Amino acid sequence: MKAFAELYDAIDATTATQGKVAALVAYFRGASSEDAAWAISFLVGRRPKRLIRSSDLRAWAAEAAGIPDWLFEESYTQAGDLAETISLLVPEVEDAPSDMSLAWWVEQRLLPLARTDPADQRVALLAIWRTLRGTARFVFNKLITGSFRMGVSDGLLVRALAQVTDVSTDAISHRLMGQWEPSGAWYDRLKHPDTDDADWSRPYPFYLAYPLEQELAALGASDEWQVEWKWDGIRAQLVRRRGKTLLWSRGEELLAGRFPEVEQTAEFLPDGTVIDGELVAWRDGAPLPFSELQRRINRKTIGKKLLSDVPCAMIAYDLLERGGEDLRANSMRDRREALATMVGALPIGGTLHMSPIIASHSWEAVSEARAGSRAMRAEGLMMKRLISPYGVGRKVGDWWKWKVTPLTVDAVLVYAQSGHGRRAGLYTDYTFAVWDGESLVPFAKAYSGLTDVEIREVDRYVRQNTLEKFGPVRTVKPGLVFELAFEGIQESTRHKSGIAVRFPRISRWRTDKLPRDADSLETIRAMLRATKGVA
Amino acid sequence: MLRVTESGLYCDAGDFFIDPWRPVARAVVTHAHSDHLTWGCGSYLVSDRGVGVSRERLGQYADRVEGMPFGEVRTINGVRISMFPAGHILGSAQVRLELNGEVWVASGDYKTDPDPTCDAWEPVRCHTFITESTFGLPIYRWPAPRDVFAGINAWWHENVAAGRTSLLFGYGLGKAQRLLAGLDPSIGPILVHGAVDRMTALYREAGVDLPPTEYATAQRGLSTGAMIVAPPSADGSAWARKFGPNSTAFASGWMLVRGARRRRSVDRGFTLSDHVDWPQLLGAIDATGAERVLVTHGFTGPVVRWLRDKGLQADALATRYEGERDDASEPASDATGASPDVAGDTSAGVQ
Repeated sequence: MKAFAELYDAIDATTATQGKVAALVAYFRGASSEDAAWAISFLVGRRPKRLIRSSDLRAWAAEAAGIPDWLFEESYTQAGDLAETISLLVPEVEDAPSDMSLAWWVEQRLLPLARTDPADQRVALLAIWRTLRGTARFVFNKLITGSFRMGVSDGLLVRALAQVTDVSTDAISHRLMGQWEPSGAWYDRLKHPDTDDADWSRPYPFYLAYPLEQELAALGASDEWQVEWKWDGIRAQLVRRRGKTLLWSRGEELLAGRFPEVEQTAEFLPDGTVIDGELVAWRDGAPLPFSELQRRINRKTIGKKLLSDVPCAMIAYDLLERGGEDLRANSMRDRREALATMVGALPIGGTLHMSPIIASHSWEAVSEARAGSRAMRAEGLMMKRLISPYGVGRKVGDWWKWKVTPLTVDAVLVYAQSGHGRRAGLYTDYTFAVWDGESLVPFAKAYSGLTDVEIREVDRYVRQNTLEKFGPVRTVKPGLVFELAFEGIQESTRHKSGIAVRFPRISRWRTDKLPRDADSLETIRAMLRATKGVA
Repeated sequence: MLRVTESGLYCDAGDFFIDPWRPVARAVVTHAHSDHLTWGCGSYLVSDRGVGVSRERLGQYADRVEGMPFGEVRTINGVRISMFPAGHILGSAQVRLELNGEVWVASGDYKTDPDPTCDAWEPVRCHTFITESTFGLPIYRWPAPRDVFAGINAWWHENVAAGRTSLLFGYGLGKAQRLLAGLDPSIGPILVHGAVDRMTALYREAGVDLPPTEYATAQRGLSTGAMIVAPPSADGSAWARKFGPNSTAFASGWMLVRGARRRRSVDRGFTLSDHVDWPQLLGAIDATGAERVLVTHGFTGPVVRWLRDKGLQADALATRYEGERDDASEPASDATGASPDVAGDTSAGVQ
């Protein structure tokens, strides 16, 4: 555990990529296979299921710290992180404990907590807090609260592991995808030099596009590009092997059973097929709004009613494997042709549709198409170079996403709540309102978009202009106006304003405007009417 | 004996202010940080040890500063005034007021941790104690200063080995000199930013023992491996960038919490504060024997509630002092700049 805590400190102390990779390499060189497996599992963001109820955890930590619950909560609000609050509050025991391995701590102490009743959890935890010190205790608390995160991207981890194991980065990232249980044996397989072992169920690493920031002309001739809609759904790979269908989300989550209608169509695909596409809610030949899809995402089991209320489909972008052969090195043009052939051979009435191609004879035509994205319920355009292979991760140059300009509204800050992590102790989570006649109606929450300097100014304003406090939330005297950007508007019965916006964020602080200059609900309703697309 | 007015903490009987935030005729000042020392007052009474830094701070008003030794009693309109060390920065004082047998102590900013650059805090028995609460939550428990300095010197060593300059940020008045006193000059040359240099000279004049320093002129080209002590406002400035490859660190009590450390986006955060932490705060209050505690700038709400639960008479006092900030070079106070966090607190009518 000590070595893992040292790795945590080393990563925390540097922002340099080189330094992070070096720290990872040093850790994995010295770690046992069991420890390495757990470390990787945590580094890629896997978390043990919630082991202990947060309210229990707080109560026991307050007890161990010898402070009342209210003071624990005040401290938590300031520190902004439960695991850290506990680490700071529970006194450390002076005598140095023996150092057990990460695997021991996880397998013998952490995971058994899930099978323990609360009374015994309490005893176990108090003992653990007495045994661990410093960063090790903080890391353990982060694991218990399911909020462990190290500042290492998957890319850096793969680089470090490739360096340690002498296996190519592609093979490492492939082996890290899909389902695996952290164990010494698994880590030994990860290290294995024979890379022809790819687990049959695994998807390929997703190839991602960069946002387009330069002029279109800089991309060269428009006809060298395949232009498609950027659909607003769940990016996924459909893997058809050994007579089975597996749907993988981009977050490498298996979507088994969530999209039965798609799996049904997939049964007609030949073995050894992998399709990259977008899962969307779909009716009458067109996608439904993302909020409809959300009703499906949030359910583990899909009932008959939901299935008929929100039918889904997959829009196919790319063919990565055909007849068991990896096509990724082939050109986009070739892969698209093969994909069309394959999808064309499916029975009519299925749930797998080709992603339509948008005419790209000129950049003007492409620009014009983008302007119509919202009516198509698309987020914008995807542009893929016709000669491009299907790469790994995010690489600059061949694939670009060009989103539509967001909708904007000027709104008034009405509630503020303090943030977490690096924003702990600062009022950074805001609720904004627009006018409905003479009153302000809250309509969106936004957490991002301001600079650190602006956040401090707003924080100061909030503290000086608090009207009321409700727990962590402060009602703020209307005074600050912000321009909010968002991607789409929906009618909503769950929101007081009757509307819900997608991806709201602050685009700028309108210091030139007073609350009375802010927009009204009617303005937003008009936007809603204007964007209600007819596909 | 003291009440909060628009201009500051006012003593009716004595007709003077303690640490006013607006210009007044007569100011009694605990220390020279700008949220406690306002420009343009008619006269300033400070501790003897604080005269030099206060005059430096007041510029054109320097000749209005008068000093009095710690422990000496002076009577203004019948109110007996005396000063006792607060341990915050050079010359920082707690102001003791006595009228008809009733004793109040306004402690300004203070700490009880050891600090070779200023006189150590002394408990002063009183009926009413006015205390700051900058770090008034139990999460704030300072590591031993010697361990922190060991960490700073180790970091400096690493940087020398890696051919980097060390840029260490801390308030120009007080923190910077405390940092200098804890540096190991055998590791390399120590340079100081202009804002630190002036104050450091005054510390030396006051007899504080500090290692040799040089004025850091960026143009001159530096031997790598130097330690440069600068105010936080220099972080990310054109001045700081001139020093080439470097590692940055910030020394502040706020650095104890990871989120605050990440927000500063320096390479290292060292937990070193010139304010009391939670146990020290409670210990100090206890040592004064005060039956009534007025809590100002910081976590007034939690501290007041804690003290009340312990059976003390406690109230929040809405002042404009800022204590230690995690974003600016120094607590800066003026009519618009300060931001006392008083909403929802139980502000007291103080007499």
